[in-house]
Amino acid sequence: MRLLRIVPENTHFGFMKNRFISFTLSGTLSVLSIILFLVMGLNYGIDFKGGTVIEIATKNGPANIGDIRSELSELRLGDVQVQEFGAPNDVLIRIERQQGGEEAQQKAIGLIRDTFGDTVDFRRVEVVGPRVSGELAQAGTLAVLVSLFAVLVYIWFRFEWQFALGAVIATVHDVILTIGMFAVLRLDFTLSSIAAILTIVGYSLNDTVVVYDRIREDMRKYKKMPLLELLDRAINQTLSRTTMTSFTTLLALVSLYTFGGEVIRSFTFAMIWGVVVGTYSSIFVAAPVLNFLNLRRGSDASDGKAEKGQAETA
Amino acid sequence: MLYFARWKVVLILLVVLAGIVCSIPNFFTREQVASWPSWVPGRQLVLGLDLQGGAYLLYEVDKSSYEQKRLQTLVGDIRTALRQSEPRIGYTGLGVKKDNSVEFRLRDTGRIEEARNRLKDLVNPLDASLFAGSQVNEFAFDISDDGLVRFTFTEEGLSQRIRSVVNQSIEVIRRRVDQLGTTEPSIQRQGEDRILVEAPGLDDPERLKTLIGQTAQMTFHLVDVNANVQQAIQTRPPAGDMLVYSTDDPPVPYLVEETPLLTGEDLDDSQATFDQRSNEPVVTFRFNTAGARKFARVTQQNVGRPFAIVLDNEVISAPVIREPILGGSGQISGNFTVQSANDLAILLRAGALPAQLTIVEERTVGPGLGADSIEAGKVASLVGIAAVAIFMILAYGLFGILADVALLVNMILIFGALSFLGATLTLPGIAGIVLTVGMAVDANVLIYERIREEVRNGRSVVSALDAGFSRALGTILDANITTLIAAVILFYLGSGPIRGFAVTLAIGIVTTVFSAFTFTRFLVSMWLRGRRPSKLPI
Repeated sequence: MRLLRIVPENTHFGFMKNRFISFTLSGTLSVLSIILFLVMGLNYGIDFKGGTVIEIATKNGPANIGDIRSELSELRLGDVQVQEFGAPNDVLIRIERQQGGEEAQQKAIGLIRDTFGDTVDFRRVEVVGPRVSGELAQAGTLAVLVSLFAVLVYIWFRFEWQFALGAVIATVHDVILTIGMFAVLRLDFTLSSIAAILTIVGYSLNDTVVVYDRIREDMRKYKKMPLLELLDRAINQTLSRTTMTSFTTLLALVSLYTFGGEVIRSFTFAMIWGVVVGTYSSIFVAAPVLNFLNLRRGSDASDGKAEKGQAETA
Repeated sequence: MLYFARWKVVLILLVVLAGIVCSIPNFFTREQVASWPSWVPGRQLVLGLDLQGGAYLLYEVDKSSYEQKRLQTLVGDIRTALRQSEPRIGYTGLGVKKDNSVEFRLRDTGRIEEARNRLKDLVNPLDASLFAGSQVNEFAFDISDDGLVRFTFTEEGLSQRIRSVVNQSIEVIRRRVDQLGTTEPSIQRQGEDRILVEAPGLDDPERLKTLIGQTAQMTFHLVDVNANVQQAIQTRPPAGDMLVYSTDDPPVPYLVEETPLLTGEDLDDSQATFDQRSNEPVVTFRFNTAGARKFARVTQQNVGRPFAIVLDNEVISAPVIREPILGGSGQISGNFTVQSANDLAILLRAGALPAQLTIVEERTVGPGLGADSIEAGKVASLVGIAAVAIFMILAYGLFGILADVALLVNMILIFGALSFLGATLTLPGIAGIVLTVGMAVDANVLIYERIREEVRNGRSVVSALDAGFSRALGTILDANITTLIAAVILFYLGSGPIRGFAVTLAIGIVTTVFSAFTFTRFLVSMWLRGRRPSKLPI
């Protein structure tokens, strides 16, 4: 039986030759993402902005979005969004945070319950008050920063500082592009988006570390090889694994996206994007960036110490 | 790398066995598991609120209204202290100021010391056991030379007060929620001034909210029949009276005496029942001994006068006292439905909340959505696992099958560990498991790709396998520890469903390293010993 390969064995792609192309691409996309984030901002969900999300299912036949919208607009609750949610009788209603503190949010829900009465099933109600939303935003940002820092420290501990910095650059690149994706597509940015980003951080690092591991190994093995050639070699050696793993992870994620239900769809979508970007960055950003960080052969931890020792005795 | 000492083999098999044993209870119903002997592990996966439906309610003690209440009481106490005992000390402008203080001015600056002596008992020393050695007072006050007196909260005093308010509230909420008879609600403090109520499998979260949301401060007041209600509405109620409205539609105004005759604390019991004549739902109550004596005296003195039963500043009933009530019990007949009568009885039995609670976060999931999510999660996991398993066989042949066996073991271990730890499985948690499936085979991929490479480099079968496993180990560890770091941070900073995701992700990483590395290596070594192949099918 001929076994399946995503990329052929023994590839010799010249990744480093084209590093300026990939850097330009990554740099442009990152800058665009940041600009988009600053100009358009994110479509923050209720976790960070406060407000209410209600999922209802109509009991008698498919929902009429137009009717629901006009019924709700009579309640004067400010910005109200109504959209279909999966099945034809499922409707998702988003209501902006009401003025007047915590009780005002509860009052709004009461009004909506009264409006629909027994004609619908309240499948899900989520209310986040102004105080909690502020705290959640803080905790979420903190989580991403702390995890980036913790990982930086870990890789620094295990590798040279150039690797740590390179890995964090590649990971920050992925986080920025993910945020850019959220800004462009106007996807709801919620707590689970933060979870998705943290998972992307983990995944992207995982991918990067595998490539770095091989670079370190090759650096010990081929002491005379020029750095650019060595980096190319390591990327090609791990290319088969990188693509294989991304593919299996994507298989699992696509299944989640398709069958996992409406509730976690945006969560899995963000992760699918993250896996694609993470795979790209560990090939085209993480390794080439080492060349810019002055990673020299022989600067490996153990070799460095040996050289120092020699210098002292000489 | 490919030789396993006997004790290691036993250990590996024991770990797998433990995983199987711990996962087994999940395939039986709760009742069946309960009937097993106690030495059999019977812990089952706990489904999160998003999967079994239920309510997640985060309440916050309304600090400012509590402070206001305390300051109002303080004003009353100050008035009593300076006026009641002779000689009276004159003052002006006593009241609560905007900056959460109580201020007034003594008329005679020559009597500052005398005033200080009388006021010093009002600082209200609190139980100081927590701060051994130093006495904590609720209030602090000072008197300036020109006779201005200013009371303020002390920081420790206030936070200790809030803490005890939260503790009392938790008790009251527990008594109320227990009466609903839902499955194991969890009620716990969160932070300094918050209470988290989680009630799984609840059909009607609104009822829970109504039950918890009411302060349920019940008071009995005599109605002031001499004053004119309309005049009071237009101007203000006469001194010692207060204006309250009934729960009727439209609300009827009542002028009642400010000081209650009795309060909910004087009650001993309360039940919902039906009136014997009208057959309408009513709530009966019984006072405790002291309360009954007081009620008897008041009703004797006021036959023919109406009195008002006030719940959270609303009159729910205002009957006329027809005869002295000596037995200490009575009944409230408002416009009750069976459920509202029941709820009021529950509230009266459970007692009043010491402060108003407001909902700052609410997430309720109906049972329908929960069931749908479980179904969707099941389908997604099965399809995902099947897809990955088939792909592995296509890509690695026999070794792919070994990886799939390891994957199966991995799933068993994850479920075993989750059950054993009593962890909560949420929808994002299921996503975490599916993601683990995708990433679990990564370790296998790493090893297999390495073996292929070593074979290409011309190594023999055993040496290629050995090198593949040993060289991949460092990479596998580095790669998984970084993901583990992200998962742990997610766990500490996340909440609710997100935590469920972090838990499954973290457990998945640990079991992955075992199943994909140790267990696969074990399988490969068995295969090697059995077949002694000259060529690797990879």
